[in-house]
Amino acid sequence: MRNILLFIRRYFTFVAFLVLQFIALWMLFNYNRFHRTVGLGVANQFTGTINKQVDRLDDYFHQGEENKRVHRTNDSLLNLLKNNFYYPDTIKRTVTDTVMIDSVRGVRRYYWLDAKVVYNTVNFDKNYLQLDRGSKYGIKDNMAVLSSEGYVVGVVVNVSPNFSQVMGLLHVQSSVSASLKNAGESGRVEWDGKDPKIIILEGIPKNIPVKIGDTVVTSKYSYNFPPEKIIGTVSGIANDPATGFYLLRVRPAVNFSSVQQVFVVENLQREEQEQLEKDTEKKIDQQKGKTQ
Amino acid sequence: MSDLVKNIFRLFIFVLVQVYVLNKIPHLHRYIVPYLYFLFVLWLPFSINRLGLLLAAFAGGLLLDYFTNTPGLHAAACVLVAYARPFIINILIPKDTNEFNYREPSPGALGWAPYSVYVLILTILHNTYLLLLEYLHFGTFLDFLMKVLTTTAISLLLIFTTELLFTRKVKYRTNTA
Repeated sequence: MRNILLFIRRYFTFVAFLVLQFIALWMLFNYNRFHRTVGLGVANQFTGTINKQVDRLDDYFHQGEENKRVHRTNDSLLNLLKNNFYYPDTIKRTVTDTVMIDSVRGVRRYYWLDAKVVYNTVNFDKNYLQLDRGSKYGIKDNMAVLSSEGYVVGVVVNVSPNFSQVMGLLHVQSSVSASLKNAGESGRVEWDGKDPKIIILEGIPKNIPVKIGDTVVTSKYSYNFPPEKIIGTVSGIANDPATGFYLLRVRPAVNFSSVQQVFVVENLQREEQEQLEKDTEKKIDQQKGKTQ
Repeated sequence: MSDLVKNIFRLFIFVLVQVYVLNKIPHLHRYIVPYLYFLFVLWLPFSINRLGLLLAAFAGGLLLDYFTNTPGLHAAACVLVAYARPFIINILIPKDTNEFNYREPSPGALGWAPYSVYVLILTILHNTYLLLLEYLHFGTFLDFLMKVLTTTAISLLLIFTTELLFTRKVKYRTNTA
């Protein structure tokens, strides 16, 4: 016993070093579990407040650009207004008719919230954005984040009361279900961590004609993203030698180093969709059990 | 200003510069990630005891981690640097400690050549360990090696620029302090 104590005293700094290393590595490798339970929520509040202050200063340098962008969005929305169109009599009647019938009334599927980016990097393998809205404002995990023009930015991965963290497209673990606008074929958009101006679209079969400049949009099957939102344009075409698929290089529509105002979009039917998927799996499994 | 207050002040400046300037510079190349914040550990006074040094480095690294959303990553690298620091200082400073009475490592205290060696070894150590941990999560080995080389070069450039821009007054150890 005495020897052990002597040993510890002799190598005290080394033991302390090992303990601190262990704590640090434990935190790093248990990131997700740790994140939910202790500390980081509070730390997020702290860093978020500082981020917000710095961002307020930073805003002055980007206001002109942002203004132009908002004005352009407004312009595109104004063009959609009903009073810009002339409806001949007969068609107009059918339109009002169908709208009045109860059974075809639209169900709201996506709900849009506004938010502002307070911290953002593009230099790392794992680039997160921090938004100035959190759970108090109704932001939850897995909500989609779109830029002020409606281009894809990323997905919310963590929330604290006043702030939320977004995993952008420029994150090596990000994977967004996407499709080619012309062909309708769907695949996944990922990032290889190399160049922030290039993301990769995988899973498009080689028999589909693809041209440089084709638009890549979010797929209709995504639970997070509203369909047909622009992700980027094809900037390079390569064949994946291992599989029968293309490796398409895509130029993101969003400029990640200057993204300021964003929309957070909630899929109001997400829970129902997920529940149905889970129930279906269960049901099929049970049926299998019966027949065997 | 006491050493404690001065170093806390320094830590905050380094972390803020790292988070709001160096991490936000426009992307130049995928290998280029400038790290400067660990200079805080290199500048801690000689007189600090080894446990204190480890704890200070851990706290500093963790503070940065909370900003970059990577709990433990920079803390682990900083603790390693803090652990290795006394060994390297022991090799570099003159054995006759009566004549050696500076308060903290600086080019003035150690001389430019030994100070450069001190900075070089600890920078390589920090970057290798940090990028190794990143590499375990993601990446290829060649990328890892290239990144170590380039980030070390950039870090050295930044550190020597900092030394030249902000020359610290060489302070002597006194009985009063």
